[in-house]
Amino acid sequence: MTTLLQIKDLRTFFYTPEGVVRAVDGISYDVKEGETVGIVGESGCGKSVSSLTMMRLIPQPPGKVLSGQVLFEGSDLLKVDEEEIRRIRGHKIAMVFQEPMTSLNPVLTLGDQLSEAMVLHLNMSKQAAWQRAAELLDMVGIPDAGRRVQDYPHQFSGGMRQRAMIAMALSCNPKLLIADEPTTAVDVTIQAQLLELIARLSKESKTAVIIITHNLGVVARYADWVNVMYAGRIIEAASARDVYGDPQHPYTVGLLLSVPRLDEPRKVKLLPIEGSPPDLVAPPPGCYFHPRCRFRVDVCFREYPPLELVANNHWSACWVAKEAPWKTAS
Amino acid sequence: MEDRILVDIKGLKMYFPVTSGIVWQHKVADVKAVDGVSFFVRRGETLGLVGESGSGKTTTGRCILQLYRPTAGQVFFEGKDLCTMKSGELRHMRRKMQIIFQDPYSSLNPRMSCGAIVGEPIKIHKLAKTNTEYRDRVKELLETVGLNAYMADRYPHEFSGGQRQRIGVARALAGDPDFIVCDEPVSALDVSIQAQIINLLEELQAKFHLTYLFIAHDLAVVRHISNRVAVMYLGKLHEVADRDEIYARPLHPYTKALISAAPIPDPKVEATRERIILVGDIPSPLRPPPACNFHTRCPIAIQVCREKEPPLEQKATDHWVACWRA
Repeated sequence: MTTLLQIKDLRTFFYTPEGVVRAVDGISYDVKEGETVGIVGESGCGKSVSSLTMMRLIPQPPGKVLSGQVLFEGSDLLKVDEEEIRRIRGHKIAMVFQEPMTSLNPVLTLGDQLSEAMVLHLNMSKQAAWQRAAELLDMVGIPDAGRRVQDYPHQFSGGMRQRAMIAMALSCNPKLLIADEPTTAVDVTIQAQLLELIARLSKESKTAVIIITHNLGVVARYADWVNVMYAGRIIEAASARDVYGDPQHPYTVGLLLSVPRLDEPRKVKLLPIEGSPPDLVAPPPGCYFHPRCRFRVDVCFREYPPLELVANNHWSACWVAKEAPWKTAS
Repeated sequence: MEDRILVDIKGLKMYFPVTSGIVWQHKVADVKAVDGVSFFVRRGETLGLVGESGSGKTTTGRCILQLYRPTAGQVFFEGKDLCTMKSGELRHMRRKMQIIFQDPYSSLNPRMSCGAIVGEPIKIHKLAKTNTEYRDRVKELLETVGLNAYMADRYPHEFSGGQRQRIGVARALAGDPDFIVCDEPVSALDVSIQAQIINLLEELQAKFHLTYLFIAHDLAVVRHISNRVAVMYLGKLHEVADRDEIYARPLHPYTKALISAAPIPDPKVEATRERIILVGDIPSPLRPPPACNFHTRCPIAIQVCREKEPPLEQKATDHWVACWRA
């Protein structure tokens, strides 16, 4: 598979009255054509900011992109002019956001909003675009789509709005779909529907997908590759099978141990990760995870570990990953 | 665990009127948030209450505490009906039943210090005779939930989400209650913090012999913490059973779908796992489907499901279900 998107050393800081927030602090990863990449991390770890940076959607100021390259089809998205990025946004690269209510315009019909991108990017006539909009709504499972295309967002339920967002994102056959917490605001049974829908449609159209989520379970089923983020950096990266089956970073190990699982016998007690994520204005010295880590050694207090290859195609930023002390610990 | 019933709910109904008109307001419909729900909670146990948004689980919790006065039905607490109590009498009862809210950001007053928040129930119920006793009690409460006593002077914005939820827990404990409604206490927290709060709730339950009604939508968390589990859908109770029983042998198609939709963090398991994907959306509680209100999304619905409402029937020991096909 060829590489579709290459992110190199992306760094986005926010300059606030409280200090400099190092939201994204040097992340690099690739997305191959047709691949689904999961980005997992807790709130404030920089997973959304990294994707917004890619799309040049960070308000500057207070934000500032200090370094990095986002290579897509031979050009650096961080360098191209405003007109060019607008041609790519919503066309070659589309996004689905977490809040389906706030990301749809309440005073325009869904047909207007769905057809807008197609008229703009695909040079379709308004009529043809409306026709296509109805087809798209039908494709994502909106009943009676031909009539519902004239509805306003408030006439749709939460799950339907999110499906309409997915339809809109896929309207111009993007090469890459970025889904930022697409199922966080909806219920469990709707979440299952939406994820199956994204998986099916992306497979059919060979669209690559980046799914951003805080829920480890969500990406387990759908992602080919998983990047785990903590405090603005990627701390582990591997195929989904390896990340879940053989985690190589104490944070990932801790996360997997702390969630109760339905397929395993009930534990008497959960094993939480103690403490809380660091303040990104004043992160701790050394490895950002060391204050919460059960396996820390001296060097963890002084130096941040590089993201290194620790097993076959499995990357981890941890000084003790080679020894993997969590395998023998209880 | 004792077998005595602490909270007994019978035929609970909570209708919210929908009005129309600006000058002359008149009622046009009812949102039947809770529509005839009966269950009990035994002393010392945790009853998990699950369901999707709009299923009425939070409203049920609030009706038990009389934060909403139910439209109909009875709520017995230690054998006394709370629904017919006068407000003065109810205030005394409130000390024994508390609530922990979902959102640790909006459920703490930003203008009150952490100590004042935790100490307010002590003042209201006059549980401390002297100022020293009051301060000692606040200190003790903060330490019980894993905070430091010196944090009493800090304000909510100075705490992290997990710490704020600990303040919420300390406030609920201040009156030395018997019963706590935990309304999605971990769903607003980060994954790495959730286990901390769950463990804390379990420790406190053992230490103070608490009874919990644990409202949540995360089925894995509910299985971990509950002794029994109740499943609600659109204002009605569809299944109640012992925890191990309901996860091993769910009888209601909705329960089955909920369990199968809960993601498991393991691609190998997920690859072979059978999933029941429900079609369509949750209907509006303003116009719930007639008869069995789940029939519009049910994969195994038959004619009778569209005609008659199934009663909640006992199918096994401690296992009740409302489904014609069970």
